Amino acid sequence: MSTLSTKHLLGIKDVTREDIELIFKTADNFKEVINRPIKKVPSLRDVTIANIFFENSTRTKLSFELAEKRLSADVVNFSASSSSVKKGETLVDTVNNILAMKVDMVVMRHPNPGACVHLSRHVDCSIINAGDGAHEHPTQALLDAYSLREKLGSLEGKKILIVGDILHSRVALSNIFCLQKLGAEVRVCGPATLIPKHLEELGVKVMLNLREAIAWCDVANMLRIQLERQDIQYFPSLREYSMQYGLTRQLLDELGKKDIIIMHPGPINRGVEITSDLADSEYSIILNQVENGVAVRMSVLYLLAGKTKASS
Amino acid sequence: MKNKTLLDHTALNYTLHRLAYEVYEQHTDFSNLAFISLQPRGVALGKRIVAELERLVKDQKILHGALDVTFYRDDFRRREEVLVPSTTDIEFSIEGKEIILIDDVLYTGRTVRSGLDALLDFGRPKHVELLVLIDRRFSRELPVQPDYTGRTVDVVRDERVKVEWTYDDTNNRVILFSEDQ
Repeated sequence: MSTLSTKHLLGIKDVTREDIELIFKTADNFKEVINRPIKKVPSLRDVTIANIFFENSTRTKLSFELAEKRLSADVVNFSASSSSVKKGETLVDTVNNILAMKVDMVVMRHPNPGACVHLSRHVDCSIINAGDGAHEHPTQALLDAYSLREKLGSLEGKKILIVGDILHSRVALSNIFCLQKLGAEVRVCGPATLIPKHLEELGVKVMLNLREAIAWCDVANMLRIQLERQDIQYFPSLREYSMQYGLTRQLLDELGKKDIIIMHPGPINRGVEITSDLADSEYSIILNQVENGVAVRMSVLYLLAGKTKASS
Repeated sequence: MKNKTLLDHTALNYTLHRLAYEVYEQHTDFSNLAFISLQPRGVALGKRIVAELERLVKDQKILHGALDVTFYRDDFRRREEVLVPSTTDIEFSIEGKEIILIDDVLYTGRTVRSGLDALLDFGRPKHVELLVLIDRRFSRELPVQPDYTGRTVDVVRDERVKVEWTYDDTNNRVILFSEDQ
């Protein structure tokens, strides 16, 4: 099997374990490519990709753009603040206008959950979801799982904890789908107000006590509190959150955790969800995640582009 | 499907010896020479050629790397399946080196073209030669010719040439597959 089962990457929910394994296997090759003297291959030289960002992004946008350029694709960038969206144009019209300029693939971030699914039904090109509201962020989940696989080998039976603002996190949902498909056990931990309802139906156990949760896990993925998405006050203060759910070296020492892996999708709020020294410690694979992000996105772009046909 | 053995185990061994000697004739100094085998099928041949040469030059270390050309192919988005790449493993600098590219069967010349492009992304070799086990004459689509050839064969487009290596090197052979008329 050397082809993805899907034409788009809208969410991890829609892809199979075989797809994920294929993306990882191909990413291994791209990781070798981006460590060469010339970090570029000509595979996508006849492909044009539009990065359409209706929401702010630094590392995802940069990572996608680097991945595209290292595959030799032509890249156009578009952000909502400078677009006709402000003038009342619909999403489908905006994207169809961009496609009329002969664009082959679209990477999109949008504040509304399901925006990419909606778009995939109305436009004729490959779509990659770079985050849609609090729904999914599939490439982040893939790079997280890829970084873990690099560190742990197989994820089968591994205990993975996601800590923090689960309610507003697209990273959490995509990670849950991805890690479960790879055979890991996933639990979440955070204030009850920031845990979505019905999460148990996905087979995810909720833990409200960080100490117990950390004692259980092999890997802790620390999420940021997404204040910009919070319409009401979910906890008394950041200071209180940090005392209850912030990861510190003291806690790890008390629990005797010597081989835990700490992850963070960024941006980090040092001193809130994780102390500064832990973020830079030997447990942390945060910068590996960033490096692997480019390789994994190259792999996704390459495999999806392979399903489109060159115009003759 | 009919098949015919083009080279049996013994004949293939003679050919490998000869190829090694031909390389040795042209390059007695191996200090600035490196072999790069094209993935996936050139690697098995490359290992055997290098092993033959190591028997000839006992005191010199011979550099051997594997190069995958998948990302450099010119048929991406033009075939149904996406090709899954193999590993590239070149543990030395190719800058200023004499390189011998190795592949098992030379057919259209497109893989070798991709191989040259991929190779140049690792540096600027002094010069590059091509060694192949089987040269399918009259099938070329690009102006590529080998410097060292194991056997030249004339086969039509529908026929397929396959080099088979056994793990223990007891029954290696080259087979021609052709459709029944």
